[in-house]
Amino acid sequence: MTEVSVQGEKRNRNAAAEFTRPLLLSPSEDLAGYVMGHLGLTILFLITTTSVAAVFLIFYFVIRESLPFFTTGGGAAILARVREFFTDPGWYPSATEPRYGALALIVGSLYVTAGALVVAVPVGLLAGVFLSDIAPFNLRQICKPVIEILAAIPSVAYGFFAVMVLAPWLQTHLGFSSGTNALNASLILAVMALPTIISVSEDAMTAVGREIREASYGLGATRAETIINVVIPAGHSGILAAVILGMMRAIGETMVVWMASGNASRIPSPWWDLSQSIRTMTATIAGDMGETPKDSEHYYALFTVGLTLLLFTFSLNLLSEYLLGKARAGRGRR
Amino acid sequence: METPETVPLKKTDAGHAARPQQFAQAAVTESSEAVISARQFSFFYGAKCGVDQVSMAIRSGSVTAIIGPSGCGKSTFLRSINRMNDLIPGSRAQGVLAVNGHNVYDKRTNLVNLRQQVGMVFQKPNPFAKSIYDNICYGPRLQGIRSRGRLSEIVEKCLRDAALWDEVKDDLHKSALALSGGQQQRLCIARTLATRPNVVLMDEPCSALDPIATARIEDLIAQLKGAYTIVIVTHNMQQAARVSDETAFFCLGKLIEYDRTEKLFTNPSKKETEDYITGRFG
Ligand SMILES: Nc1ncnc2c1ncn2[C@@H]1O[C@H](COP(=O)(O)OP(=O)(O)OP(=O)(O)O)[C@@H](O)[C@H]1O
Ligand SMILES: [Mg+2]
Repeated sequence: MTEVSVQGEKRNRNAAAEFTRPLLLSPSEDLAGYVMGHLGLTILFLITTTSVAAVFLIFYFVIRESLPFFTTGGGAAILARVREFFTDPGWYPSATEPRYGALALIVGSLYVTAGALVVAVPVGLLAGVFLSDIAPFNLRQICKPVIEILAAIPSVAYGFFAVMVLAPWLQTHLGFSSGTNALNASLILAVMALPTIISVSEDAMTAVGREIREASYGLGATRAETIINVVIPAGHSGILAAVILGMMRAIGETMVVWMASGNASRIPSPWWDLSQSIRTMTATIAGDMGETPKDSEHYYALFTVGLTLLLFTFSLNLLSEYLLGKARAGRGRR
Repeated sequence: METPETVPLKKTDAGHAARPQQFAQAAVTESSEAVISARQFSFFYGAKCGVDQVSMAIRSGSVTAIIGPSGCGKSTFLRSINRMNDLIPGSRAQGVLAVNGHNVYDKRTNLVNLRQQVGMVFQKPNPFAKSIYDNICYGPRLQGIRSRGRLSEIVEKCLRDAALWDEVKDDLHKSALALSGGQQQRLCIARTLATRPNVVLMDEPCSALDPIATARIEDLIAQLKGAYTIVIVTHNMQQAARVSDETAFFCLGKLIEYDRTEKLFTNPSKKETEDYITGRFG
């Protein structure tokens, strides 16, 4: 029989035909594998279910605590309550004739969120484009972590800044009667939403890939043409998701709006007057909850506000998940 | 070989939009002159040398093949010609690489004009996530062509040239990403032709294609020869021998031998070249 050298080891020409290690599991190996496999699976499954269950429990709890707000008056009153809640701008829980109209609070939340987005979206997207396509490589390496630090600053620190620095500045330089108002809250929320918008949109545009940029440059496009015609269209789902994530950050923020918005539950009139104080859903819950007896009407009303907020953020979250999923699928195709 | 299409490819035909003409004229009047010439050209990725002191001249209107083992700097050299390597952080060029007598690594180079006139087909097909029609119109639109009629004409002509027209003529508005890999590559070739370049650089254009599509691309190269200057990188020695007039053999970033294709394949003057083309190369 001839011998050949395989990886320095002398082997017999027929070595390929002889399998020296058994291909079948021994019974004990088989059992151990079965037990370990199933045990691991069960533990991981339980851990995962816990966090999923937590979400459902929160929903259950909030719904349970808010339902009595509508149902206490009996059948006919339900509709009246729903109408009051969504159309009445008056939130006077401690008046002798209490009113629970959340319209001003909902409008207040949407108002500061929109104000924040008007500032944060253009700035954030331009910064995202700059970091993904224009900034030299070294600058990008420095900027990204610094921007992410912005996201790590506790919101109370932002609130402090809003009250101590921005509010007096607005009063003296723009002549506002009160420095804590819709403009103040919007500006601070914009700064807080920026890191999210910048880093998610930058990721979306960086993920577009060098090949596709090269295709565009290779056909004689300038950098601006490439960004507008190729990079942004290809990354649009991720960019939209960035905007929505920024929006979620703004609408769910509590401490900053509580400190910076002035907390007056009324709808600004005229609507564009940013110097007026407003009040958001989050600030109302945080502000009122401490002094509200459990199982009172006010308590149930606050939970209804919470439920409304939860539905807002939940639907925004679903939308952003959907868009990010689309962005990922688009990337996979390439 | 017979080709199904007889649309003439001369650039002097009812052309696309007006664009800087001096280049085209120069290329025509001095047709035997070198259109691309490298002198002691080196290219670095950071500290790593991708192309090492290469000097060569490529005749206008010729087809030049670049062969060599993987990682020897073929793509790097090719992509330097229209400065596609600019996007890579930390990259740097040295020496002279002239297109039509003008050093492309000069600071004053107009990159838009350079890339319109020196088009590129990449190693991996890279169509835009747009329709087939919009992919081809991308270049002409950048050059300011807006008329629908003109654009449709260009689309048809370029798709015919790239041997893709018959397969896609019924759904030009379908997404280019829905095409097969080989079709995408031919679309990329059509897209490059649509900018009416003088020089076409092709980086392994057939590596994703089946033998039939490969034959079509080779026919296309034969048709384009004369009207365009073509530089093609290929790992397929038969292909290099079939399509090219001149062949350059690269190894470890250096140009080892550069000669008429016939001569290089039948009677190479360097030992390394012979080893490589006869397959004795490590
Ligand atoms: N983006 C890059 N960054 C750093 N080094 C690179 C980069 N691209 C290529 N190189 C290096 O430059 C050398 C030449 O690469 P190049 O892509 O030109 O080879 P090639 O001849 O085209 O190979 P192939 O036939 O596999 O395509 C290689 O050693 C490679 O490691
Ligand atoms: Mg290559």
